[in-house]
Amino acid sequence: MRLPKFAYFAPRTVEEALNLLADHGEGARVMAGGTDVMVKMIHGLLKPTAIISLLEIEELRGIHFDAKDGLTIGATAPLADTASHPDIVKYYPALVHAIRSMANVEVRNMGTVAGNICNAAPSADTAPPLMVMNGEVNLASLKGQRRLSLNEFFRGPGVTNMIHGEILTSIHVPPPLPKSGVSYQRISARCGVDIAAVGVGVGIVLAGEACKDAKIVLGAVAPVPMRALETEELVQGRERAQELLGQAGDRAAQEARPISDMRASASWRRKMTAVLTRRALDEAFERASRR
Amino acid sequence: MKHQIRFTVNGDEYVVAVDPRRTLNEVLRDDLNLTGTKLGCGTGDCGACTVIVEDRTVSSCLTLAVSVNGKAVRTVEGLAPSGEELHPIQEAFVKTGAIQCGFCTSGMEMAAAHLLSRNPSPGEEEIRAGLSGHLCRCTGYNQIVEAVSVAAEAMRNSKTEEVKG
Ligand SMILES: Cc1cc2nc3c(=O)[nH]c(=O)nc-3n(C[C@H](O)[C@H](O)[C@H](O)COP(=O)(O)OP(=O)(O)OC[C@H]3O[C@@H](n4cnc5c(N)ncnc54)[C@H](O)[C@@H]3O)c2cc1C
Ligand code: FES
Ligand code: FES
Repeated sequence: MRLPKFAYFAPRTVEEALNLLADHGEGARVMAGGTDVMVKMIHGLLKPTAIISLLEIEELRGIHFDAKDGLTIGATAPLADTASHPDIVKYYPALVHAIRSMANVEVRNMGTVAGNICNAAPSADTAPPLMVMNGEVNLASLKGQRRLSLNEFFRGPGVTNMIHGEILTSIHVPPPLPKSGVSYQRISARCGVDIAAVGVGVGIVLAGEACKDAKIVLGAVAPVPMRALETEELVQGRERAQELLGQAGDRAAQEARPISDMRASASWRRKMTAVLTRRALDEAFERASRR
Repeated sequence: MKHQIRFTVNGDEYVVAVDPRRTLNEVLRDDLNLTGTKLGCGTGDCGACTVIVEDRTVSSCLTLAVSVNGKAVRTVEGLAPSGEELHPIQEAFVKTGAIQCGFCTSGMEMAAAHLLSRNPSPGEEEIRAGLSGHLCRCTGYNQIVEAVSVAAEAMRNSKTEEVKG
């Protein structure tokens, strides 16, 4: 057995899970698909004393969409189901693209969007598209519920603003606005098999031909998936043009704060930030003009 | 503390007492002697350990055995219904030379079974995407991709025959 010693629980309700989490204190971990938790335990990076699996909690599994309230992705809905859900395919194509470019079939069958978000890797592929679409997380604890914008969720690599005793119950994304378009672009050494070396999400809303609202999030080039606020400002009020795309790419590359690691050097990451920002912005304009 | 779990593997019911630290891969191979499922990387990267839980492929090296309590597991040993004749996927792998050392084969075949259950006529790109989590150090992949496409055709033909007959 390569895993550390832990007690295992598979509660049937959120309340039961919250009680277990409180009873077992700091050493307790919730687990959804386990594709991050298991790998970290195998590598000795995580040694929980208790694992609380969320997979048997029926109420956390669903995916719901309606045109007024938008999209709710339950905490244990598998990545694969999220990417093949007909409403998500229709209304949130950038999220679908992000998920399909992640990992492989088996990991997408096991892993969840919530796990990807809670794991808080700077390279988490679902973070940029969800953030530019104004995604929020619903958190539950024994004290009650709260909702947090994903823009305020990440604090550092592996660290979020959730507090111990909280469980993410679902992710909420508002319905897409008229004339809005979202794109996610990522690059890695060996397509999906590798974690993204850079990922860029862009979401824009048009008024006529001009961009009246832009959100740009850069993945894997800072300790957290980061908003490129200066680039957003630069795009504001502008129309789609090669010149704008180039300027936005350059600005995003300046704003990025990449490091060099085994996946890529900082300077290459900066260059790719420019390229991917250009592409994502172009596709977001394209999609917005068609809606 | 050990947990008693009850689950089926290829239709046979098992009741096993397992330590929660043990993976499904360990229990299949070491307790149930179903060694068709391999262990390669042990961290989700190679696909050698792939099995089907309920209706989808998972990496058995990243699955805790306790988590399959009450579930139906399918391994390569259960791919062919009779256990004697080969499944069309296995036949195609043999016929096209998609097997050399065979270490990746059971995982590849389970992935192919999952893919074909969702998409009976996958194109080459779809086959490659479906197998992207599976590493083969021998064949160079082309024969494996061909095998899946040959199997898909055989399975489609036997379906239409069933309907006709
Ligand atoms: C081979 C392989 C390839 C991968 N490729 C990619 C990739 O390309 N891109 C990418 O972004 N990721 C990748 N990953 C990482 C991983 O698969 C994803 O992050 C996945 O979405 C995690 O989901 P999970 O349900 O398995 O999370 P788990 O491992 O179950 O949990 C992850 C973390 O979130 C916490 N958590 C989970 N659910 C909740 C909840 N509801 N409330 C509170 N906390 C919670 C857990 O305690 C843990 O800290 C890869 C992993 C593997 C093994
Ligand atoms: S052994 Fe499980 S994926 Fe390699
Ligand atoms: S046949 Fe040897 S690893 Fe694929």
